[in-house]
Parts: sequence; C-alpha cells; structure tokens
Amino acid sequence: MKIGFYPGCSLKGSSREYNESVVAIAKALDIELVEIKDWNCCGATAAHSMNEELSLSLPARILALAEAQGLKEVVVPCAACYNRLMVTQHELKDDKKRSRVTDIIEMPYSGDLKIINVLQMLETYAMDKIKEKVTKPFAHKVACYYGCLLIRPHKILQFDRVEDPQSMDAMIKLIGGSPIDWAFKTECCGAGFSVSRTDLVAKLSGNILQDAADRKAEAIIVACPMCQSNLDMRRGAINETLSKPSDIPVIFITQAIGLALGVSPKELGLERHFVTVKL
Amino acid sequence: MENINKISGDLLKYTSVDVSHCYQCGKCTAGCVLASEMNFPPSYLMRLLQTGTEENYERILRSNTIWLCLNCENCLGRCPMEIDIPKVMDYLREQSLNKKKLHPDAKPIVAFHKSFLDSIKYTGRLYEVGLIAGFKARSFRLTQDVKLAPKMYMNGKLHLMPEMIKDIKGVGKIFSKTIDNPKTKNK
Amino acid sequence: MSKIGVFICHCGENISATVDCERVAQEIRKVEGVEYAIDYKYMCSDPGQTLIKDAIREHHLDGVVVGSCSPRMHEPTFRKACAEAGLNPFLCEMANLREHCSWVHEKGEATTEKAFDLVKMLVEKVKRNKPLDAIKVPITKKALVIGGGIAGIQASLDIANAGHKVILIEKDPSIGGHMSQLSETFPTLDCSQCILTPRMVEVAQHPNITLYTYAELDSLEGFIGNFTAKIRLKAKSVDHKKCTGCGACLQKCPQKRIPSEFNAGLGNRTAIYVPFPQAVPNKPVIDREHCNYYKRGKCKICEATCPTGAIEWDKEDEILTEQVGAIVVTTGFNVKGADFFPEYGYGKYKDVLTGLQFERLASASGPTLGEIRRPSDGTIPKKIVFIACAGSRDPAKGIPYCSKICCMYTAKHAMLYQHKVHDGESTVFYMDIRAGGKNYEEFVRRAIEEDHVNYVRGRVARVYEKDGKLIVKGVDTLLSGQQVEIEADMVVLATAGVSNCGAEQLAQKMHISYDPYHFFAEAHPKLKPVETNTAGIFLAGACQAPKDIPETVGMASGAAVKVAGLFSNNELVREPLIAVVNRCAPPQFSTCVGCFMCQTACPYNAIEREEIKGRDGKVIKTVAKVNPGLCQGCGTCVAFCRSKSIDIQGYSNEQMFAEVMSLLNH
Repeated sequence: MKIGFYPGCSLKGSSREYNESVVAIAKALDIELVEIKDWNCCGATAAHSMNEELSLSLPARILALAEAQGLKEVVVPCAACYNRLMVTQHELKDDKKRSRVTDIIEMPYSGDLKIINVLQMLETYAMDKIKEKVTKPFAHKVACYYGCLLIRPHKILQFDRVEDPQSMDAMIKLIGGSPIDWAFKTECCGAGFSVSRTDLVAKLSGNILQDAADRKAEAIIVACPMCQSNLDMRRGAINETLSKPSDIPVIFITQAIGLALGVSPKELGLERHFVTVKL
Repeated sequence: MENINKISGDLLKYTSVDVSHCYQCGKCTAGCVLASEMNFPPSYLMRLLQTGTEENYERILRSNTIWLCLNCENCLGRCPMEIDIPKVMDYLREQSLNKKKLHPDAKPIVAFHKSFLDSIKYTGRLYEVGLIAGFKARSFRLTQDVKLAPKMYMNGKLHLMPEMIKDIKGVGKIFSKTIDNPKTKNK
Repeated sequence: MSKIGVFICHCGENISATVDCERVAQEIRKVEGVEYAIDYKYMCSDPGQTLIKDAIREHHLDGVVVGSCSPRMHEPTFRKACAEAGLNPFLCEMANLREHCSWVHEKGEATTEKAFDLVKMLVEKVKRNKPLDAIKVPITKKALVIGGGIAGIQASLDIANAGHKVILIEKDPSIGGHMSQLSETFPTLDCSQCILTPRMVEVAQHPNITLYTYAELDSLEGFIGNFTAKIRLKAKSVDHKKCTGCGACLQKCPQKRIPSEFNAGLGNRTAIYVPFPQAVPNKPVIDREHCNYYKRGKCKICEATCPTGAIEWDKEDEILTEQVGAIVVTTGFNVKGADFFPEYGYGKYKDVLTGLQFERLASASGPTLGEIRRPSDGTIPKKIVFIACAGSRDPAKGIPYCSKICCMYTAKHAMLYQHKVHDGESTVFYMDIRAGGKNYEEFVRRAIEEDHVNYVRGRVARVYEKDGKLIVKGVDTLLSGQQVEIEADMVVLATAGVSNCGAEQLAQKMHISYDPYHFFAEAHPKLKPVETNTAGIFLAGACQAPKDIPETVGMASGAAVKVAGLFSNNELVREPLIAVVNRCAPPQFSTCVGCFMCQTACPYNAIEREEIKGRDGKVIKTVAKVNPGLCQGCGTCVAFCRSKSIDIQGYSNEQMFAEVMSLLNH
C-alpha cells in the first residue's frame, strides 16, 4: 500500500538514522512511502515562538502541497512536525485564519488531509504483518519514552493517552520485548534548547536517563528526533549531571522493530548513534 | 463584558484564553519541568495577567519565563480549567519581541530561533551548518559544540552544503508577508 | 351581568412609586362589569383583606380582581379571604402589577397605562371564571423509603414514630450505607458505627417498619397518595426465617478472595457473606456470581454446615407489589475510585487510596483492625500525603462542582493518622478549605494547630512510584509557586462524590428529574429542598447532592414531616386548575376523537383512557380522561389536541382569548 510521507528536516540531517529505519521497515512491511515533492520546513519551535502567522503558514504550505499532489494520507515520523501539522490543520478550521493563511501561501487548501504519526501508521497498517515477520524477537527490557509532542495537546492529536501512554509499549511487546513501567514517559527532554541552553537539556534529559537507569532499562525507545538527539548526542553533557555516567543506548521504535524483523543494524542506521548501540 | 481590562481583552481576542478561569490551583507549576529555572512559574504568570496592570504585564514581557517555556504542554494536559497556557506563552513571546522587551537570558534562545528561521527563509529547509554559524555570530558562543561537529559529520548527520527547495521564492514570500512584515510588528 | 370588584394595591411604595394606583382604580370603574373599585396601601394586610370581604358582602360581588404582587406570593391569601366572605376562591384572580409592571418600568404615563391594561385583562378573564371545587384524592397511609443509609433510616424512623407504616428497601444485604463504613465522624470524632447501629437496630425492631434488604425497586406507577410499587426481592439463597445468624457457613466457605465492597476493595469476603459484623439483618446472603455452586455446580459446604437447613439453592427473585402513598428517595452517593486519575497512576499503585478506603483502614472493624498500614507491604506509613479536590472542581474531568465534605474528612483523616502514628508526617495539598458547618472551622484549626498537619496550598501535578515510595509533585502557591516534592509512603485522594450507580435508571423508573450528574433534582433549590417535581416523591440525603451527615439527617426528617403532613389528611386536596376532557350529550358523548396524542404528550402520565359504554355494556367509544390527582395543569395536552376537546379549568381557551382581545382592543 502507498502512503504519503513527510520526512521533515531532521530526518534528512541530524536524525538520518530515523529516516533510514522508517524506510527499511516500510520496505519490509510492503508500505510504499510517497515523499511530498518540494516540501519545506514546518517551522518547528522557532516559528511558533516568534510569529503566529508564520507558524501556521509554513505547515499550511506543506499540507497544500500534499493535497495538490493527490495524497490522502501522510505519515510524519518526526514528532515535532507531526504536532505542528496537526495543530495547524486544527487552527485553520477557523474561517478567518484559514482565509488569511491561504492568502499568504497563495495555494488552495482544503484541510482534508489525514495526518498520522509513525506509531499510528504501524498500528493501522502493520500490526499483523509485524507479528508474522518477527525473526529475531527483541528480547530486551526497555523504557519507552514518548516525549511531549506525540501525545499533547490531547484534544487536537487524540492519540494514545496523556499520562502513561501505551502505544509504543504495545509495539515493543509485539516484537518480543519487555517495556518497563517508569515515571518519565512524557516529561520533556529539553526540546529545542539543545544548542541555546544545553545545560537545561542536560538537566531534563538527565532526569529521564536516571529513572530509566534506576529501573534497569537496557535501552530507551523513542519516536522523536529531538528526544533522540538530546538523550544521545548530548550524553556527554548529561553524564556530567549524573552521579554515575550512563551508557544506555537510545534507539528509535522503527529501529527496534527493524531489528526484530531481521534488518541489519547498518541499514537501520544504528552505527550513526553517539552512544554505542549494543543490543 | 465591558469591565474586562485591555490586557485580558487583547489576550482573549488573540488566543481565546480567558484568564478569569484560572483559580490559581498551581497544578501547572507543580508539573512544569523548568519552573525552578524561571523568574516566576506559570501559575504566577497567570496571576500577574489576572491583575491586568501595565506594571505586571511589563514584568511578564521582560521575564525569562516566557522564553524558558518549552511548550511541552504538560500544563495544559493537567489544567482542570483547560487553560491554554502554551498558546498564551506564544502570544507573550511575540509581544515581547515586537515591543523589544527581551530578558537578557532570552538572547541566546532568540538568537537560535532567528538563525533557524533564517535558514528556512534562504533554503526552504533547515541547513544545520548555516544555523550554527548564524547562532554563533549572534551569540558570540564561538567555541560551543566544536567537539561535537566532527563526530556528527563522521556519523553522516551533517551536510556541508544546503539542500535548496525549488520554490524558495514562495517560502520567501511567506516570510515577507508574516514575520518580516513591518505592519504586523506592533500588534 | 358580572359584578366584579377590583382592588388596586399600592404595596407600600413598590407599586405606587411608578404606577398611579388611584387613577387605575378610577379608570377601571368605567369598564363594563366592574361593580366596585378601590385602591389601598396594603391589600394583603388584615384591614386590606377586610376591605375585600366587606365589599363582597355589601356589593354582592361575583368576582374579584386584586391588582398587586405576583400570585406566587399572595394568591392563597386573597383566595382564602374571598372564601371566608362566601365567594368561591377560584373566582378571585390577581393582576401582577408589581413584578410585571411597577418594578420593571420607570414612573410615567405608559407604566400606569400598562397597569390598567393588566387589570382589564384579568377583569375579562374573571367574567368567564367558573366556580371550582378543590379536588379530593384518597391517600394510602403507607410510605416507601428507598435506600437504607442514614437518610433512609432517619426518614423511616420519623415516619414510623409519627404513627404510619413504612416499607424500607435497601439493595445491599445490610442497611447502614456509607456511614457504616466510616471510622469516626467530624467534627466530634464520634465513632460512626456506635452512633449508627442503635438506629439500625431500632429500624429492624420498629413495629411500623417493614425492612427488605437485598431488594430494589422494580417499577413504580400511580400518583401521590396512590402509588403502586413493585419491589424485587433478590434471591438471597438463604432463608432468613430459618437462619439464626450463627456464622458457621462463613467460616467454611472456600471462596475467600472476593474483594469486599464494604472494605472498599481493601479486604476480602466469602461468597456466602454478611457485609460486616454489625450488619442488620445479621444473616448472610449468597453472592451467586462468585459462588462455586452457582458457577460450576460444586461445593455446597455451607448447606452441609448449616445447623438449621437454611440454604435455599433454588430460590428465585420475588416481586412484591405494595400500595403506598408517598415515597422518600434516599439512595445516597458514591465516590470516584483511584483509577479515575491518570496523573495519579490510573489505580495501579496499591498505596494510592481513596478517602473511603482510608476510612476502612482507620476503622476498628476494618481489614487492618484500625491500624494505618500500606496495602502494598503492610508497613505503617511514616509520611502520608492527602490530596484534596481530587476530581472535584475539575471541569476538565467533567466534575465542575465541589463535593462539599472532602475538606472536612481530609482534616479528619490527617488527625486520625496523627493520633495513631504519633511520629508520622502528614501533608494536605488543598485549594481552599470549606468548613462552613457548626464547629467545622475549629475542627480544621485543631488539625493544623494541635496535630500539626502540614497544609500546603497547591495542587499535585502527578504521583509516581519509585523504589517502594510514592513521589508526589506538588506546589506551594502561597510561596509564589515554589515546587514541593514529597517522597510519601501513602497517598490518600479525596475523590469526588458522584451519583450512585443506577441513579439514572431509578429516576426514570420513578419519573423524577435529575441533573447532568445524575443527582436527583429538588423542586426548588432554595425553598423546596426535600421535594421533587413529582408530587408525592421526596428526597433526602446525598442522592440530591453530596452532603454531610447533619444535613442528611435534617433533610431526612424534613422529608418525613412532608410525608406525615400528607398523611395527616384522609384525603388530598389539590388545586382544580387541571385539564378536563369535555363531555356532552349522547350520541357524541365528547368531541374527543380518541387519538390520544394528549396521552403521549403528557409529561406527568396523567391521561388515561376511558371507555364510554352504552346501556348494553358495549363500548361506544374510548376517550381521554385526565387523572385529577396527577395533572399539573401544564396545558401541553391542550396545545396538542386536534379537536379542541381538552381544556384547563380556570385557564380555558375562552379566557385566554378574552385576555388577549382585551389587550388588543385597548
């Protein structure tokens, strides 16, 4: 089956392995990803922190492109892009805002596109296939970290539940893993402060790693490039705040599934991580 | 109601948030991951808004609270009155920028956002090298993350050349009509 | 020719400040049919009423219009005055010159003219008024009380002591309700069961009270004074006439791990069980859903053990039909469980409890015999956190109201904990402290000042478990939002009080109103708290809204007095302003065509079908008939009737038309 695909900037750059793993398991599960042509950046945190109209127009252009290219459904692996696109679609239900934004982007926009995140894509189209095709059960005790933007604001996203979400946990169980019950599933990792306030990222991501380590998790599973980057790339800064430095790897849910389906670690981009992935 | 003050009235108009709904329970602050770093936490900010005085509003716009807020939405997720604090924060940030009342701590954060947006304006997508260069130029943090860059490059995560989209003009127009539009500066 | 007397009241200055009362009286005298008209300062006063009575006698009036306040204030007053003077009270009407005119307009010509118009309308109406007699309906002097908690117990005792028969039904195997689950009550810290159980026994032994436990209302029909209630006596599987309450069966039952409802899930019970040792009646029932015999056809150990052969395996539910004259609904409330709270763990943490569960821990007859112990490992908690407003005052969770009793019972719980664990540390996270009752404020201060409970103003964002402790993330808003983190051994949530399960179905069976939260609706929030909109059905206790014990007992006695008042007459007198289906001479008998749209439309189920039979007993036609005992005179049927065969006495179509025409022909 075919589905529209919006990779977003991080999948093309600093979270390249997320892209690689999404493409790899899509192939293994017979899902054809049709990338939106000439897509632009969604604006992420910077746009909505600085100017409301900009923050709605950039995603609106993406949605308008997808509609113009005949796509009905688009999967957005990056949690931040998913959040921005969903929120924009919701805000543009208001007639005044929609008319202003369509003036700005100078493109027709209907708002009928179905936007899903990678977990929803797997839940809707691939659960049975995954179950059949598991060749190397992912027998590890892991902490599933959802972050903020996949789950909140619940009223708009309507995905999983705000406290103690379970969708990734269910997927880990499906591929033979043991997700642990822990306390930091949805506490922010420090998000866009990676560069401007690395100290805060170290503190917040440190808390997350500490709890996972205390509960003996062998890995942290994520579905957001920002979270992965903060927990992985910034491990050096984080370790300075911890009483005992941690070497727990942080991998994407798609990489975990890929491993279970027998895809090679190289194809899944596991060698691009900062903290060595030995699973 | 005619007795709503200008600050609350404008807030209501632009964000649909009515500050009178907040009964100061503090659940937002209790769950805010960065409250201890802020000048004052979110529930206190709501109280300052409720007073409706120019003095308190100035305090808010000049605080680091609005810039340290990550929009993680934990507050909205737990607020019993479903007050959209993240939206209020976005609005206050825009106001703080337009009125040029930035807290000194916010400078690197705003520098980052500006560099990020510049990258999009000129290439249509995020060009990491351009972002970092711009950020360093604005913030004078010349040696930050120098050790990280080579490893990122080795891991294939850093592109030296930007990837330009075809319709870069269209994206440029979006910028000129919104954030770069001098008419919308003093909302 | 009519001889109507018009009496315009100044109402002190309330009316005369904006209406020229003297002029209205003068002008109305000129209207055809008005025999006598005056104005006076206070018509409702004694001299005022005397004026009316004298005028009726002297001028032989056949109708009276009083232009004064709202009929809701003084209609009974003026009607009574007319009756005393020998004029049928329903020939007296009031024109509302106060709420409808003087109070809502400025002084001026237009206001006086409007007052005149209003009086003229009523004069036209009264010309067409017919003398009516109050309706008398017989009363069955027996009350049905539904729900055997403290409210039901109090109401039953009060009605029974007033000399009337009461049937008390309770759906659980024992009466007592939530009050029997409490350890101590605020503000006196009286032992709850000690003050409750004597009343329970009194109910069981009272000659006027018939108690049915394990029973529910199956259906209800009828009207005030004449209800027919079908009560379902659920099969107890134990013959209480043979059972001596020796308790041998309880000891031997192999199914020992059923979560006990009485202990709020903290302890277990057997399949054949008595809910608690002081239960009334103190005889067991068998929970068929968990009994080995009913599930798998095995066991029967209780039968073998029973010395009197009281086990009845094949007993079925029995339906008992009773005629009653009044019903008091005292079905109580429930509290939300810990699983309602995503941020407090969705119920998965064993040491996060509800207030009711804490009561069971503190209670001497509870699962830990009164010792505060953690359900997870049985140790005594040294640090305990109480979270007030858990679910209440929370529109996001769908419960915007305040549950009223939690501030008080939280203070009580903290005090009990401190009394039992002297070196324990307790913290209460609150938003406000609602302690409005007598001695309530002093009680809360005692918790703070004498027992040194820490009160922190702020709510808790989340609670999670780590290494056997519960991490509580709260805030102190009085310290400008300083975050407060406590590593607690136990967390007690003062969960929201909600309606009891099955409340909606019960309300619909009884045709009583309920609000969006399924609390039963009182007839008037201020002045009629114990009545419902359905005549003859009264309310008491927490089924109407969360409330504490003194209020509940007060309401129960209030409802009982209403019932006793109802029963103090042999007949019920009602206002005859009801709908009547017309009758005329044969062969038509009535213009009613028998479509029964009125029956479908009537919100009070007041319309029945009447067969009109000929002399040979054959049915000629079936027409609608209004039950005068149930009809509330709302007029819906009149609007629906296609053949204009039904009309309201005292508010007929003709009268309404005359009023409108008088206004138009100004």
